[in-house]
Amino acid sequence: MDIERIDQIVDEHGREADSLIQVLLDIQSEYHWLPKAALQRVSERLRVPMTRVQHIATFYKAFSVVPKGRHEVHVCLGTACHVRGAPRILDSVEDLTGIHPGETDLELKFSLETVNCLGCCALGPVVEIDGKAHGKVTTAETPKILEQYK
Amino acid sequence: MALLHSPEELERFRRDLCDKKDPDMPRISVCAGAGCLAYGAAELIESFKAEVEKQGLAAKVDTKGTGCPGFCERGPVVVIYPEEICYLGVGPKDVPEIIEQTIKGKKVVERLVYTDPNTGEKASRESEIPFYKLQTRTILSNNIKIDSKSIDDYLSIGGYSALAKALSWMTAEEVVDEVKKSNIRGRGGGGFPAGRKWEGSRDAPEKIKYVIVNADEGDPGAFMDRALLEGNPHSVLEGLIIGGYAIGAREGYVYVRQEYPLAVKNIKLAIKQAEEYGFLGENILGSGFDFTVKVHQGAGAFVCGESTALMTALEGRAGEPRPKYVRSNVKGLWNRPTVLNNVETWANVPFIINNGADWFTQFGTEGSKGTKIFSLVGKITNTGLVEVPMGITLREIIYEIGGGIPGGKKFKAVQTGGPSGGCIPEELLDLQVDFDALTEAGSMMGSGGMIVMDEDTCMVDVARYFIRFLTDESCGKCVPCREGLRQMDKILTNITEGRGKEGDIETLEELSELAIDASLCALGKSAPNPFLSTLRYFRDEYEAHIKDKRCPALSCKPLISHYIDPSKCVACMICLRKCPSQGITGGKNLIHVIDQDKCNNCGTCLEVCPPKFGAVRKFSGEPVPAALPEDQRKIVRKSKSK
Repeated sequence: MDIERIDQIVDEHGREADSLIQVLLDIQSEYHWLPKAALQRVSERLRVPMTRVQHIATFYKAFSVVPKGRHEVHVCLGTACHVRGAPRILDSVEDLTGIHPGETDLELKFSLETVNCLGCCALGPVVEIDGKAHGKVTTAETPKILEQYK
Repeated sequence: MALLHSPEELERFRRDLCDKKDPDMPRISVCAGAGCLAYGAAELIESFKAEVEKQGLAAKVDTKGTGCPGFCERGPVVVIYPEEICYLGVGPKDVPEIIEQTIKGKKVVERLVYTDPNTGEKASRESEIPFYKLQTRTILSNNIKIDSKSIDDYLSIGGYSALAKALSWMTAEEVVDEVKKSNIRGRGGGGFPAGRKWEGSRDAPEKIKYVIVNADEGDPGAFMDRALLEGNPHSVLEGLIIGGYAIGAREGYVYVRQEYPLAVKNIKLAIKQAEEYGFLGENILGSGFDFTVKVHQGAGAFVCGESTALMTALEGRAGEPRPKYVRSNVKGLWNRPTVLNNVETWANVPFIINNGADWFTQFGTEGSKGTKIFSLVGKITNTGLVEVPMGITLREIIYEIGGGIPGGKKFKAVQTGGPSGGCIPEELLDLQVDFDALTEAGSMMGSGGMIVMDEDTCMVDVARYFIRFLTDESCGKCVPCREGLRQMDKILTNITEGRGKEGDIETLEELSELAIDASLCALGKSAPNPFLSTLRYFRDEYEAHIKDKRCPALSCKPLISHYIDPSKCVACMICLRKCPSQGITGGKNLIHVIDQDKCNNCGTCLEVCPPKFGAVRKFSGEPVPAALPEDQRKIVRKSKSK
């Protein structure tokens, strides 16, 4: 992690305490997680107590305080996908990857998350991997989809 | 681009823009909304551009990616102007034919137009397709006409004329009065009259005030705000600036969830363009009114859609709701008067200012005026965004616009209002949809998600699904919501897993009452709705789960078993190969049998069994027939020789 880059992100947001969430979002999107050193730096630069930084970092879903895998698997559990059988898809993804939502496997290959609606309900059930949506997924197809990601 | 200093300059600029455009020039509009992008619309746009270039038509044909026109089911959607020919389900391989036939030859490619599944009739124009015919499209109508990244496109369809009108010919009070007269109610869920909210802020003595766009659309299954913000961000921005002028605010915020990266990008671009043209900044259009807008990205918390939690999040803190002893339009963001409205509400404002309140009130019912966008999803033939006048019946939306339930299944319920809403059963299908009627039926309008459920959907599981969602999203401030919902989730999970017991329903009712009475914000107060409404209309399903350990919809995994009907199995080996638990025994010419001990009811066998055989069945509440003895499993096939 590059402390100078963290400083740069803080400066881009005007070094105001109320920009804390926006700063953390930028760090998250760059590193895919929030390393503790980064949080400490943000706390110092924004003059926000570390407890509050930690509170924010754990309150909001977009943040992760542990490293993420190479591929981020998002299984949509929005209502439309739910009624179209998304829970069964999630079960099969869990079986295949060996991890539950919120977890990352030991090889840091996959991180699994559930999301609530990706806005393409016509394609439900949807599994999004690294930003690419796979639509109308069936349990029979999930192995083939996951195999595409090395 | 130079600043526009007055309404006259804006009109002159607009005239020049329109003069430069040849109305007969062919335009190819490809939907670049979330649904169509998932179908591959980005590649489609590229192939259109490449083909146009290849044919040497680059100067004569205008190709663009536009906002979402709503017909997500049949995406990617392409509309060719000026003829308004609508092609559905278009892929890159269709591009050369469209260019050759339609752009050059002015002929319709019949195989790509809408075909009525019942009558086989074709409809080449958007207005002739049943999905669109019954809708009243105002705020959504412009999405397909403009490139969402182009302010000039928005100006050429009359954009920012409402702002010019408000700033130069109306006083701030007159703007508030017009919005009050229109009686528009907040489109985000609560349905509070926007005019009254504005007036409260207008009259508050504080000097500094704020206006906010709530684009933290968190309801699972609702994506109308996303479509508006991605497809026509300037219309939302124009509404916001007018609102700022009306209440006397000089600063505005757009709170948009980070899960919508394209919406974030487009609204940021729109703000930048509006600054360049002088619709934002100092002395807007020479009126002396100053206004700036900032974008704040939400970091993923459903509760932040609640107004006070959203304002707390804007202040850079964890988004927990605050008590509303004084309404936020008097003490809101940083304790100053703040008007917060939903994306769709703001997008309506320019129409109300331009056409007048009387135009707006011609649509709708006594208590709910105007049109409303619904996202029609779930077990429905035509998934998509529909904009209809308030007062239309659920039956019209689901059967005439939505095309009914696919696969010959039976309708069971429609869920409206997101996690805080409820399920409406078949006997209420003729309900006229408006704020009050839905509340009376035990549901609510919410932001407009409409999830259709068929006979395969278990209503207890639906209640459990929403309660779990809200348990996860509860901020944890109030005990009845934090702890009560957790207990409700536990009991409902027990019921769906066959561990329900007598008295569970009563305990759930008690916990519901407590959450409603003793939670601070709308999340907790309305959280029991999914349970209460399903109990009200589908009590028998709860009882079947608890007493008979049976799931009538054959959906709750622990309560069902899969079984292969030996009289229908032809030993094709498909299910045997696909079964992830290796739980099917059989072989060539040997009838397949599911080993009930190995089966985890994933349903793969049911999915892959070819419909013409239909050998896999589900059972619940009754014993699965014993497996055929091994010596009787052999299939003797009739001779194939002629």
